[in-house]
Amino acid sequence: MKSKTERKRNRKASIFHFRRRDLCIPYALFLVLFVIIPIVIILFYAFTDANGNFSFNSLVSFFTTWSKINVLITSLFIALQTTIICLLIGYPLAYFLASKKYNKNTVLITLFIAPMWINFVLRTGATRDLLTWMGINGGNYPYLATLIGMVYNYLPFVILPLYTAMLKLDQSQMEAAADLGANPWQVFTHSILPQSVPGIMSAFLMTFMPTMSSYVISDTLSEGKITLFGNYIYLDFTNNAWNDGSFMAFIMLVLVGLSMLLNRGGEKTDERGSSGLW
Amino acid sequence: MVKRILAQCYIWVILILMYLPILVLIAFSFTTATNVGEWTGFSFDLYSALFKNDEIMTALGNTVLIAVISASVSTLLGTAGAIGSYYHNKRVRKTIDFVNQIPIVNAEIVIALSLTVMFVFCGTYIFRGNIFSFWTLLIGHVVISAPFVYTSVKPRLQQMDPSLYEAAIDLGATPTRALFKVTIPEITPGILSGFLLAITLSLDDFIITAFTRGSGLLSGANTIETLSTLVQAKIKKGPIPTEMRALTTLIFVLVVLVVVAISIYRWRRAKKAKTDNAARARKYAK
Repeated sequence: MKSKTERKRNRKASIFHFRRRDLCIPYALFLVLFVIIPIVIILFYAFTDANGNFSFNSLVSFFTTWSKINVLITSLFIALQTTIICLLIGYPLAYFLASKKYNKNTVLITLFIAPMWINFVLRTGATRDLLTWMGINGGNYPYLATLIGMVYNYLPFVILPLYTAMLKLDQSQMEAAADLGANPWQVFTHSILPQSVPGIMSAFLMTFMPTMSSYVISDTLSEGKITLFGNYIYLDFTNNAWNDGSFMAFIMLVLVGLSMLLNRGGEKTDERGSSGLW
Repeated sequence: MVKRILAQCYIWVILILMYLPILVLIAFSFTTATNVGEWTGFSFDLYSALFKNDEIMTALGNTVLIAVISASVSTLLGTAGAIGSYYHNKRVRKTIDFVNQIPIVNAEIVIALSLTVMFVFCGTYIFRGNIFSFWTLLIGHVVISAPFVYTSVKPRLQQMDPSLYEAAIDLGATPTRALFKVTIPEITPGILSGFLLAITLSLDDFIITAFTRGSGLLSGANTIETLSTLVQAKIKKGPIPTEMRALTTLIFVLVVLVVVAISIYRWRRAKKAKTDNAARARKYAK
């Protein structure tokens, strides 16, 4: 049984002393003010007309304007291509880097991440200047130049999650498979690949959405010839077409929501999925 | 053995390809030609020109200032948020976790636009004027970096032994004291990596900066220029400004130094762990 004074002290404590959980109040307020409310405002603009009345004008205009659909398809296509190329280059790379059999040098992975610390606009400019010197400029090959620029920029984002996934590979399972008569290809498809799915998943998420909405890379490398979704939203807003721009931002949000669901599915198989990303 | 050599070749070829654009810039930072690929004789002129270029120096100063300030604010907010939500009930925790995830996966352009629209909205209806300034820019940077601090602190809290804090309370520490003496030291690695991540994100950011900036900082009454916005404005019109090549070289040297420092630190720690283990083994052998 608690004495009277103790109870009093406890009550006092609950009023004057802070509780650890109260520490989240400023952050929660911050999230509401600068994450949730702005998104609500975007949704408001997406489904109203210029006078502020509820309407589907932007929706109709989006799905009936061929140029807008075209931008969406081009962006999805470039994003998919970039992601696949990055995965094809990054997957074996991450495997070699993480495997003790092929690489004992742990500094190498830091070197692959280091380009992220050099300003990315500067890196994009450098890539363009180099490509121009080699004759692949936005004037001749806007698509190729953009693709190269994208791969250059997003490769580190693919390597890092894949590398963390590869470090967690169960070596004994692979050895057991080999001992039981699996050839190297079978070891790969039945042991290595399934184990690295969470890494592939987060690599995909780190690359796909940013590529679709990137603005600087396509604008610089294609010399303005290729318009991606991000550029289009930006253009709509600078032309004061807020409702149309907001609707496109809403489409982006839907895609983001879908990828978040995908991520959830991935996390169920691997609890450390999101924290292992960095 | 052959496989190993092939794997090493692959690693190094990709590494060199990845650094090629930067290495080319560095090579041409020792000549004054306008375009990369033209060589007009070796000189250090670009380096002295770099430090005399007010535009670049101001942008560089702004970039560093914003990175340090926004990373500090993000670290405070994110860490407090992570501690608070971790000790809150499940519903609150799940909600904050979810909302925290939004800026991480959301497209940067959507974040930038939604914030800008809100600032314009507030400016028109509440403040009756243009509110774009250093403060809006700071908010933008904190929005993109605080969630990463939160996610890097969170796993540290999960790994922490909960009885440590309770022991401190039982031994008479006030909750505040227990927090600073027990919880914070335990999660310091998470806070540090969150801070570094926040700095990286802020240094690299273009879209948020371009949308939410106003006047202030070293730019005074002019619109704030950071390295990203300055370089973007220049490369839209032509090749990278020559002085920027010298700047790239300096940044690259700094990055290399950091990488070297990290690897020395890791090597020392590994060596220490090895000798500790050996000592322990000897002790048990006796």
